Amino acid sequence: MTRLPRPAAIVLLALLALLAAYPLYGSLLFPEKHAFLLQKVTGIMILAIMAMSLDLLVGIAGMVSLGHAAFFGLGGYMLAILSPQYEAADIWVALPLALATVAAVSAVIGALSIRTNGISFIMITLAFGQMGYFFFNDSRLAGGSDGAFIYVMPTVEIAGVSLLNLESKLTFYYVVLGAFVGAYLLLRMVLASPFGRVVQAIGVNENRVRGLGFDPDRYKLVAFVIGATIAGLAGFLGAAQYGFVNPAMLSWHQSGQALVMVILGGTGTLFGPALGAFVLELARMGFESVTEHWLLPMGLFVIAVVVLLPKGVAGLLLQLERKPPPEAEDGA
Amino acid sequence: MDFWFFLIQVLNGVQYGLLLFLVASGLTLIFGIMGIINLAHGSFYMLGAYVAYWLALKTGSLVAAVALSLPVSALVGYAIEAVLVRALYKRDHLDQVLLTYGLILVFNEGQKLIWGSDVHGVAVPELLNWSFRLTDNLNYPAYRLLISAVCAVVALGMWWMIAKTRFGMWVRAGAANREMVAALGIDVKLLFGLVFAIGAALAGLAGAIAAPVNSVYPGMGESVLILCFVVVVIGGVGSVKGAFLGAILIGLADTFGKVLLPDFASFSVYAVMAAVLLWKPRGLFA
Repeated sequence: MTRLPRPAAIVLLALLALLAAYPLYGSLLFPEKHAFLLQKVTGIMILAIMAMSLDLLVGIAGMVSLGHAAFFGLGGYMLAILSPQYEAADIWVALPLALATVAAVSAVIGALSIRTNGISFIMITLAFGQMGYFFFNDSRLAGGSDGAFIYVMPTVEIAGVSLLNLESKLTFYYVVLGAFVGAYLLLRMVLASPFGRVVQAIGVNENRVRGLGFDPDRYKLVAFVIGATIAGLAGFLGAAQYGFVNPAMLSWHQSGQALVMVILGGTGTLFGPALGAFVLELARMGFESVTEHWLLPMGLFVIAVVVLLPKGVAGLLLQLERKPPPEAEDGA
Repeated sequence: MDFWFFLIQVLNGVQYGLLLFLVASGLTLIFGIMGIINLAHGSFYMLGAYVAYWLALKTGSLVAAVALSLPVSALVGYAIEAVLVRALYKRDHLDQVLLTYGLILVFNEGQKLIWGSDVHGVAVPELLNWSFRLTDNLNYPAYRLLISAVCAVVALGMWWMIAKTRFGMWVRAGAANREMVAALGIDVKLLFGLVFAIGAALAGLAGAIAAPVNSVYPGMGESVLILCFVVVVIGGVGSVKGAFLGAILIGLADTFGKVLLPDFASFSVYAVMAAVLLWKPRGLFA
C-alpha cells in the first residue's frame, strides 16, 4: 500500500473527525451512559493500536503471530511494576522503561521465532505467549493470578509543572486518541521508508527478497520489535486506563482477538485492522445489549463477514474507488 | 520416586497422550490435506463430550452414548465442511482461521443454550468402576486403562486405513500434493468431506470416552485445541506418525510436569514445544 485512494481517505478522515468530536456530542446523544461510553471508546482505540501493530507483522511482513498479547500484557505489567504503591509513577521514567523492556524481550522472542515459518511461526509465538502468561500467572512479581492494581495514574510533568492530568477521563481520551493517530502515522512512515519497502516485499515473496541480496531475517526481526513495542504502548495505556493488570492480558484469547480484528478489518492495510477493532467491539456491544447469548450472533456475524467480504472491512472502502479492475487489485 | 508411583504417572501420561492423539490426528490431516487451520476442531471434542453426557443421562448406558456421539460429530463435521469450509478453500489461510473462530463462538454459545454453563460429571459404568490394586495404597482405575486401549485400537485402525486401503492412499497422496491428487481424477470434494467428517468423529470420540474422567464443562474444547496444535506442530504438520509421537510426548510432559514441577506444569508443555521447534523448525516428521 503506497497511497490511500482518495474516497477511502475521505471516509477515514470523516470517521476520525467523528472520533475526535465524540466527547462533545456523546453527552448529548447518550446523556445517561456518557461516562461509560467515553471509557469504552478509549478502550477500543487502545485495542485498535494493538491491532495495527499486529498488522505490521501479519498483513505486511507475513508473520502470523498468535502471541502478540504477550507484549501488550508486558507493557501493562511494566506500568504496574514501576508504579510505587498508592503513588503515581513518573511517565517520563515509566513509559520509556516499559517500552525498552518490551523491545528487549521481543528482540529475544523474535530472534528465536523467525527461524520458523508459516503455521510453525503461529505456534511458536503461541508458545512464547503462553509462557509469558504463565510467567505472570505463577510468579509473585505482580500479584500472580490475581493481578495487580495501579492506584494512581502516572504524572505528566516538566520541572514540577503538571502538563496533563491523566486522572481526567476526557484528557485521557485525547491522549489515547493522540497515541492512536500517532501509531498509525508512525507505521505509515515506517512502511514508506526504504526499510518498510523491504519488509513489504518480504510479505509478498521472501525468497525473491533474499535473491535480491537482502537478509530477510534482519528486516523481519526489526519489524517484529517495532510491532511488539507499539503493542506494549497499547498495553501500557490499557493498564493505565483500567488501573489493573492481570495475566489474561497476555493470554492467547487476547492475541486471538487482535488477530480477528486484523483479519476482519482487512490485512495489510493498517487502517483496516483499526476499523476491525471498532466493528468487532461495537458489534459486541450491540449484541450484548440485546441478548445475554451475544456470542451466538457474534459468531454468525464473523462468519458472515468472512464469507461476504473477502478483503475485510477495508476492502469495502477500497472498492469505493471504482476504476478499471487491474487498478482495484492494488490492495496489497 | 518409587516404581509403582512412576508407573502410574507413565500410564496417565500415555493415556492423556493417546487421547490427544485422537483429536490431533484429525487436525493434522485436515491441515495437511485441505490446508485448513481448523480452530473449531476442539468444538467437536466438546460436542462429543456433551452428546455423550446427555445420551448417558437419557439412555443410562455410557456405551450407547459414546457409540451414538460418534455419528453425531461426524455428521456435524460433514455438514460444516459442505456448507461453510468448502466455500473458502481458494481463500487465504487467515480467512479460514477467522471462519473457524466464528464457529467456535457459535458452538460455545450453542452449548450454553442447550446444556447450560454448569460442570457436569459423567458416571463410569458399573462394570468398569473398579481399580487395579498395585500396592497397599496405590490403585489404578480400570476405566483409564480402557480409554488407553480404545485409543490404541483406533490408532491402529487409522494406521491400517492410511497404510493399507485405497482411501488411505488418497489421503497420503492428498497430504503430499493436493493439486496432483485433483489432477489424477480423484473425487477431491468427497475426499475432503470424508476427512473432515472422520476428523470430527475422532475428536468427538475422544471427548465422549474421556467424559467420565475429565467431566464436561464450557470451554473444554479450547484447552484441548491449544494442546493439539502444540502436538501437531511438534510432530510436523500433516504427519499422523508425528502427531502420535508428539501426543505421547506432550501427554508425558504434562503429566510429569504436574508431578515434578507443580508450579510450572503448564509451562513445561510450551517449553518442550519451543525446544523442538528451535531444534527442528518444521517439526519432527515434516
